[in-house]
Amino acid sequence: MARDPQGALIALNRFGFGARGGASGDIVNAASDPRGFVKAELARPNAALLELPGLQSTTELGQAMFAYQLEVKMAREAALKTPGLVPVEAPPAAMDKKPEAPANMNNAMTGNTTMTVQPDAPKPPPAVALPPNVVQKTYRAEALARIQRATIAEGGFVERLVVFWSNHFCISAGKGDPARMWAGSFEREAIRPYVLGKFADMLKAVEQHPAMLFFLDNQQSIGPNSKAGERGKRGLNENLAREIMELHTLGVGGGYTQADVTSLARIITGWTFAGREGKIGTPGSFAFNANAHEPGPQQLLGKTYDDTGVTQGEAALADLARHPSTAKFIARKFAQHFVADAPPPALLARLEGVFRKTDGDLKALALALLDSNEAWQMPMAKLRTPYEYLISTGRLLARIPEDPGRYFAGLQTLGQPLWTPPGPNGFPDGNAAWAVPEGMKLRLDLAAQISTRLPDSIDPREMLDVVAGEAASSETRQTIARAETRQQALTLLLMSPEFQRR
Amino acid sequence: MDCCESRMLGPTRRSLLLSGAAFAAWAYLPKFARAADARDPRLVVVILRGALDGLATVAPLGDPDYAGLHGSIALAKDGPNAAIALDSFFGMHPAMPEFARMYRDKKAAVVHAVATSYRERSHFDGQDVLESGYAGPGRVQSGWLNRAIESLPRGERVSSGLAIGPTTPLVLRGAAPTVGWAPVNLPNAADDTAMRLMQLYQDRDPALATALSQGLKLDKIAVGDEMKPKGGGNAVAAMRQVARGAAKLMAADDGPRIAALAFDGWDTHAQEGGPVGRLAQLLGGLDGALAEFESGLGAHWKDTIVVVATEFGRTAKINGTAGTDHGTGTIALLAGGAVEGGRVIADWPGLANGKLYEARDLAPTTDLRAILKGVLHDHLGISERALAERVFPDSGMVKPAKGLVG
Repeated sequence: MARDPQGALIALNRFGFGARGGASGDIVNAASDPRGFVKAELARPNAALLELPGLQSTTELGQAMFAYQLEVKMAREAALKTPGLVPVEAPPAAMDKKPEAPANMNNAMTGNTTMTVQPDAPKPPPAVALPPNVVQKTYRAEALARIQRATIAEGGFVERLVVFWSNHFCISAGKGDPARMWAGSFEREAIRPYVLGKFADMLKAVEQHPAMLFFLDNQQSIGPNSKAGERGKRGLNENLAREIMELHTLGVGGGYTQADVTSLARIITGWTFAGREGKIGTPGSFAFNANAHEPGPQQLLGKTYDDTGVTQGEAALADLARHPSTAKFIARKFAQHFVADAPPPALLARLEGVFRKTDGDLKALALALLDSNEAWQMPMAKLRTPYEYLISTGRLLARIPEDPGRYFAGLQTLGQPLWTPPGPNGFPDGNAAWAVPEGMKLRLDLAAQISTRLPDSIDPREMLDVVAGEAASSETRQTIARAETRQQALTLLLMSPEFQRR
Repeated sequence: MDCCESRMLGPTRRSLLLSGAAFAAWAYLPKFARAADARDPRLVVVILRGALDGLATVAPLGDPDYAGLHGSIALAKDGPNAAIALDSFFGMHPAMPEFARMYRDKKAAVVHAVATSYRERSHFDGQDVLESGYAGPGRVQSGWLNRAIESLPRGERVSSGLAIGPTTPLVLRGAAPTVGWAPVNLPNAADDTAMRLMQLYQDRDPALATALSQGLKLDKIAVGDEMKPKGGGNAVAAMRQVARGAAKLMAADDGPRIAALAFDGWDTHAQEGGPVGRLAQLLGGLDGALAEFESGLGAHWKDTIVVVATEFGRTAKINGTAGTDHGTGTIALLAGGAVEGGRVIADWPGLANGKLYEARDLAPTTDLRAILKGVLHDHLGISERALAERVFPDSGMVKPAKGLVG
C-alpha cells in the first residue's frame, strides 16, 4: 500500500493520543494503512476494560470509604472527650464536601496531605497519627491507571472513546468524598464496558451508578407519596432527571417539558446506593429503595409507565436511549469531538442513521465515523484538549508515569482538572474553549517547563519525525532545527501545529 | 513524563479553579474616558452561573407565603442570623452586610422578580440567553456587553497587566477585542522561545498566532504580588481575590473601564442552607467581591456600577432535599457610587398559589433587559436604538428602565 503521511497524522492525532516515542514506529505503521491502524484497536476483545490488581469495585471502595469516615468521626469524638486534646480537622478529602472549594480540591489534586488545623485553636499535641486517607489514595491510583493506559495504548482510539463518553456522562470529583472515591470506578464500571457496546446499556449503568446518583443528588430524592415521603421531611429532587434528558439523552431541544422532568424525577425516586449500615442492600452498591419510590403510573413524553418498581425507570431509560432526539444529539456531539467544531451535515446524517438503525450500537457508530471520508478529509483544525496535550507529551517522551501528581497540576493549570468538570455538562469541546490567548500562553509555559528536564540523549529533530513523519511542515522542521538548545527545540515541537492540532 | 516535568508544577504551585472565577475586559478605553469632563464611568457585569435563589438572597419577608414555601431554609425577620431589613417588606441575606451597607448609603439597589426572556429551565440555554442578549438560546457568537461596547467610540488600548483568561464569559465575547486576567502562577517560557513560536504560527497557523500574541503581550506587565494566587482559601476567597485583582486593574488610569466576571457554583439543589450554610457562604463571597471593588476602585467607585445577574431563579417552594430546583423569577443587584440606590425595584407578583409561574416559580414581572438597557443608556450613553436593535436584538418593546443611575 502506498504510504499516506497525512493520513497517519490524522489516525494518530485526530483519533488517538499521538505517536509514541521510543521504537514504537507508530507514524510509519499508521502511514501504510491509516484507517486499518485505527480500526485494529476496535477489534481487540475487551479493548476498553481496565482491570488491574489493586483497583477495586465501587462496592468495595464504598465500604472502605464508609469505614474511613467512621474512623475519622470516632477519632474526632474521642478527641473531644479527652481533656487537653483539641479537635483536629480531618485531612482534606474528608472535609471536601463542597464542589466549589478550589483549595481543598487543589490539595487533593496535588497530593498535599498536610493536616489543617483550626486557625484559632491552640497547636494540637504532636504525633496524633491520622488514619490513611483512603479517598485520596484511591483517587490517585485510579487516575494513575487511566493515565498509564492512555500512555501505552497503541494509537489510543479506544481510550479517546472512553474519555469522550466519560465526559458525556461526567461526574465531578469535586462534589465530595463519594464522587472522588468513585470517579475511577465509575468510569471503569459504567463507561468502559460499553464504549464498544450499546448506548442503552451504558445509560442504565451510568444512571444506576452510585457516583452519578450522588453527583446529581438522586440518593436524596424521595417520592412525596412514598412511605418515606409521607413520614419524612424530604421529597423530590429533579436534578438527575433533568440532566438525563438535557445532557445524557435527548439534548436541550429534544422535545421534553418541565412536566416530563418532574415525571422522570418521580420515576427514578428510590434509585440510590446502600449506606454503611446496609439497610437496603450491600453497602456501597446501587439499591432500589421501594420505601422512597413514588407510587403509581407516570406520564413521560406521552407514554404511561406503570409503577413496576425499579423497572419503571429502566423502561423509561430504554425509551430515552432509543428516542430520535438522542440519536441526533449523540451523533452531533460525537462528530464535533472527533472531526470538527462544525461537522459536515452529511456526516451527521450518516452517524445519526447508524445510531438509529443499530439501536445505539456504539462500535458501529465508531466504525461509521472511521469509514466516512469526511473524518479523513476535514482539516486538522481542532486544538488538543489539555488532557490530550499532556498524554500525548508523555507518549512522545515515552515516559510511563509512576505518580499522577504532575498531571493533576498541569491539567489544573490548563483548566481541565481530571474528573472535575465545572458542571454536569462536562468540559467544553471546541476551539472557542481551548484555543484562547491565556490558554496558549500557559501551554507554552508548560511545554517549556517539561523541556527543561529533557535528557541530552533526545534529538528533537528525530522526535519531529516520530510525531509527524513526512507530514511535518518545512517551517516546523526548520524552526526546530534552528532552535538554540534542545530544550527550546522540544518546547517548539510540543507547541507546533503538528502537535497541537488534530 | 517523569523525568521531563518540572518541580515547578509541584504542590506548592497553585492555580485557582479557573472555571470557577474569570475576569475579562474591553481591551480599549472608551473615548469619553479621555474627555475633559470629569465623568469616567466604569461598568462591571458579574454573572452568577448555576441560577441564584433570589428569594433566599433578598427575601420577601412581608409576603405571607414566603416562610411556608421556603420552609426550613427561609430567612427570618428576628432572632439569631436575622435578615437585614431593606424596607418593610424585603430582607437581605445576613451573609451580605456590605451590600446592605451600600444599600443604606443609597449606593446599591435590588431588582426583584426579574428574569431574562428565557422560560425553560436549562442552565446552559439560560446562560446563553442571559449573556448573548438574544431573546432565545442558540446564539453564542457574541454577548450583549461586547455589542454594547461596539457602539462606543474606541480610545486608546488598555495597557494594564492583562491577558485573556482561560475563558472569556459569553457576555463579553464578540467582535470588540477583549482582554482578561486569571490568577495563575507558572513561570514564563523564555521570550526567545515565544518569539520563535510566534514566527512559526504566523507561517503555519494564524489563528494560534493571534491567540498566543495576545496572551504574551498582555501578560508582560507584572501585576503585583497581591494578585498572585495564594494557598488555602476557598470559593469565597477566590471570589474576593478575582475581584481584588480586577478592581486593581480597573482602577489604573489606563485600566479597563468595562469588564465582566463569572462566578460558578450557585446551583443549590440540595442542602442549600438558610442564614448559614452553602448558599450563605457563596453570598459571603459575592459580598466580599463587591466590597473589594468598592475599596479597590477607590476614587473611581463613585463613577462605577456593578451589575450582578444570573440565568434564572429557583423554585419558590423548597424541594425534598432542603434545596431548590430550577425556576424562573429571581433578583439582579446593582452596586456602586453611580447607582441611584436604596430601593428594591419590584412589581411584586406575590407568592400565593395562583400567582406563581407554572405553579412553582416566582413569576417574573420585570424584564432583565430593561434594567441592563437602563444602565447602558444612562451610564454609558448608548442610544436606545442601538440597545433595541443591536445590543438586545428585537427588544424594542422592552424600554430602558429610568432613574437607575444617580
